[in-house]
Amino acid sequence: MSYLDLLKLAAPEAIVTLTALVVLVIGVTTSRGTAVAGVSPAMPRPAAAGTAASTALCTLVAALGLLIAINAVLMLPAHANLFQGMLVASPLNSFFQIVCLVLAFFTILLASRETPNYGEYLAIILLATIGLLLLVSSEELLMIFIGLELTGLSLYLMTAFDKTDIRSAEAGLKYFLFGSTASAFTLFGLSFIYGMAGTTSLAAIAEGLAAQSLSPLLFAGIVMTLVGFAFKIAAAPFHLWAPDAYQGAPVSSAAFIASGSKVASFVVLGKIVLIGFAPVHGSADWHAMVAGWSPVLAVLAAFSILIGNLVALVQTNLRRLLAYSAVAHAGYTLLGVIAGGREGFSATLFYTTIYAFTLIGAFGVVALVRRETGGDDLQNFAGLRARSPLLAGCMAVFMLSLAGLPPLAGFFGKFYLFSVAFRAGANHGLLWLVALALFGSLISLYYYLIILKVIFQTQGAETRSRLSLAQNGLSNLTIAFAAGVVLFLGIAPQFLVTRILGTLQ
Amino acid sequence: MIAWTIYITFAGAVFLLFLPRAFSRWLALITTMATFAISLATFFCRDLDLAHFNTVVRVPWVPTLGMNYHLALDGISLTLVLVTSITAVSSVLFSWDVANDQRPNEFFFWLLLVVGSSFGVFLSADLFLLFVFYELVIVPKYFLIAIWGSTNKEYGAMKLTLYSFFGGALVFIGIIAAYVSAGSLDLNELAQFRFSPQLQSWAFPILFVGFAVLAGIWPLHTWAPTGHVAAPTAGSMLLAGIVMKLGAYGGLRVAMNLFPQGFQMWSNWIAILAVIGIVYAAAVALRQRDLKFVIGYSSVSHMGFVLLGLATANVLGVSGAVLQMFSHGVIGALLFAVAGRMIYRRTHTRDLDELSLLELNRALPFAAFVFVIASAASMGIPGFSGFAAEITILIGAWKTFPIAVWITGVGMVLVAAFTLRALKRSFFDTAVEEGENVKNVTTLNRETLEPITVPEKLGASLLIFATVAIGIYPKFLLDRIQPAVEAMRFLKTGG
Repeated sequence: MSYLDLLKLAAPEAIVTLTALVVLVIGVTTSRGTAVAGVSPAMPRPAAAGTAASTALCTLVAALGLLIAINAVLMLPAHANLFQGMLVASPLNSFFQIVCLVLAFFTILLASRETPNYGEYLAIILLATIGLLLLVSSEELLMIFIGLELTGLSLYLMTAFDKTDIRSAEAGLKYFLFGSTASAFTLFGLSFIYGMAGTTSLAAIAEGLAAQSLSPLLFAGIVMTLVGFAFKIAAAPFHLWAPDAYQGAPVSSAAFIASGSKVASFVVLGKIVLIGFAPVHGSADWHAMVAGWSPVLAVLAAFSILIGNLVALVQTNLRRLLAYSAVAHAGYTLLGVIAGGREGFSATLFYTTIYAFTLIGAFGVVALVRRETGGDDLQNFAGLRARSPLLAGCMAVFMLSLAGLPPLAGFFGKFYLFSVAFRAGANHGLLWLVALALFGSLISLYYYLIILKVIFQTQGAETRSRLSLAQNGLSNLTIAFAAGVVLFLGIAPQFLVTRILGTLQ
Repeated sequence: MIAWTIYITFAGAVFLLFLPRAFSRWLALITTMATFAISLATFFCRDLDLAHFNTVVRVPWVPTLGMNYHLALDGISLTLVLVTSITAVSSVLFSWDVANDQRPNEFFFWLLLVVGSSFGVFLSADLFLLFVFYELVIVPKYFLIAIWGSTNKEYGAMKLTLYSFFGGALVFIGIIAAYVSAGSLDLNELAQFRFSPQLQSWAFPILFVGFAVLAGIWPLHTWAPTGHVAAPTAGSMLLAGIVMKLGAYGGLRVAMNLFPQGFQMWSNWIAILAVIGIVYAAAVALRQRDLKFVIGYSSVSHMGFVLLGLATANVLGVSGAVLQMFSHGVIGALLFAVAGRMIYRRTHTRDLDELSLLELNRALPFAAFVFVIASAASMGIPGFSGFAAEITILIGAWKTFPIAVWITGVGMVLVAAFTLRALKRSFFDTAVEEGENVKNVTTLNRETLEPITVPEKLGASLLIFATVAIGIYPKFLLDRIQPAVEAMRFLKTGG
């Protein structure tokens, strides 16, 4: 086990780290002058131009670094394992490393150029991305915890980054307090697991646990571990941070929390419960509940679906609404993990991937509307159709995909998830969850349609200028691309399903 | 070739978004005319085997999950494709007045999406594909109604959408149940599979009720009147003419064909609900003041006949049900065209009391003529398609549910009563007893009414021709429907 091997396997992480440092240096060295100039009310023209050049340079470097990292992931060996699972290269891990990198790439493209200390902001996004890469590529509890913390700390910063907005500070603090408590739970739970199994590597844990019965101590360990992940994926009743973070954080931060962080959390949650805790699966069938992690997740899923959808009904702020709908979607996505097996995990991964792309796009639209109208309440979207048909059309694609209507990816994702859950268990034992999820979808259709009604039917309060396409060309392109992905994966789901199934042997 | 109806419609819809507004209605007309031509050509094609659900196209779609893009055709599908294309052409003609400032591109885009997806439902031979098309109809309906509708449009649109989605959720459970137990999504394979009686006993009612929500089964029919009333004219025509048929077709093609034993267990209940629907809706229609509400309830009543026909489980009854789907598609569309486009667009009222003051038979003689014909067809006067269909259903029902026929007889009297009432109040009332003032006002109004336009005349003529042709020679359709019905499984096991 030489360090060269380590460097080879950790190449994507290393590249992103390097990029983060370079971006930080560029940001710090070029923004000093403007910071001074910013104090005087009349900012001199050349300094403004200098800022624009430096932000452009930062974006370029960050984007290039991510592309190189994607390339590095592609060069990884198909199978490799370092230090008993601390760093594992497998098709599954590589695939989701790429997904996380692509999502970070989108986030950077959508980030507002007017953010103060833009370079630092990008650097923090990149640091969070490293955390995601570690999370996805590790199969060892300690390393997973480090990944969780690295992601978490970066995300807290990103949430509180808008220093001019008190909501942002509130959201950051709330997110931090909840997050650190949840991390403490997870660490506590992990220590129990370690104590019972005597190892921190997932595969070895499974062997260690197979020999024992489900003791109260082990169960407590499992539940506490799951609490931390329930927090990460914003499953009720651990979702309370989400509405504030989604609403208060800078839009691109919220987009990254809702997409990248969620995908990685689901990947690692699935790995922990399906590999590590495989012997204590339990059963969530309504007629034959058996203690284990699956009934725990089933209860979380049921709560998330009900609370998320019902509370979303009364929201008037779009970002808050998306937060509650995210809670509900976490509930749907859990169905696949509960169902278990290769098919179940594949359904979960498919759903969380397309969900991430949908939300990145939706937040992109929110960001543009916010930049134009100064707010993101539902009424700010009134008459968006007239102002920008492209954005309105993309938003329709995202919302209808979230509602689960064909021919969009969300429809196939839900069909896949629910059919897998329906099949799992003896005698359709998970029917209760499927029925609940369908009921939840019915409720959700109402509020998604309300959004679309506001966009397509209601006239704007005052006639605002058309959103200029040229002005926000990059954002528009990114959003349109995300909409294209959602539509394409709805029409040709095979494209993603075979890849995901192929990575899960 | 019939598969091109789907492609042409969707291609037309996409093109519409990128064309200047002035061309939109022409493109919509050309698209729907093309599909009409294709379905007519297929209809008259002699060497087609319409007795079996024969594959037209079959391409793997998601092979890992056993999903195929699989289209097939038999007499039942063809009949419904034909009525869809007829209604589509006439609904475009009746929305010729969607002005340039009313976003015609989007209007026809959504309209064509409804039409194209309906073609897809009628032709799908893969359960997943059918469900995709079935759900695809939901959203366009919402936008058609919520943006271009009238009276209480947001309420009506949302109610209709949520009801459809609710039905869709039930259908979804039924479909997954079939898929998981049989391991296939191919309708023809599933129709050969022997599902366990226990599964059939619960999967059939879920699936059938899920579909029947769209067919307006009592007591889940309440979306229909409000939805019809709120919708723009073309929207009501599509709802009555096509969308309600989707539900009935799904019940026949999927629920009954897949779960024959479950169907046997529950057919009495379906018949009971159908009869209640016929009588109840007719009675409610008798008391409505809004002309569109009268027609909306009459739709529910007529769809009750379809459900009754399906419940009979014999060749005559089921063939009659399919014939009634065609017939009501044409007649319902015609009634809504008169009420929505010819009357409401001109007088801006559908209140029967107010209409009775206008003496519309003199102001709009053509509209009066069309409405008389549509009412006669709707009442089941011999010579129109409604008579042929309903008599076939009742003969079929006589064998299985004699009592139902008696009760339905009462229902038919009620249908005649409310139709005649609506006809008299809207067109043939004289306003003499109301006094001088009123008369002056109404005369004024009458002179300012815009005359009936050419597109309206063309659309009405097409629908009238269809109902009369089938009324005079129902064998035309029955020859194609009956063999296909005979091939279905529930008849054999039903005995």
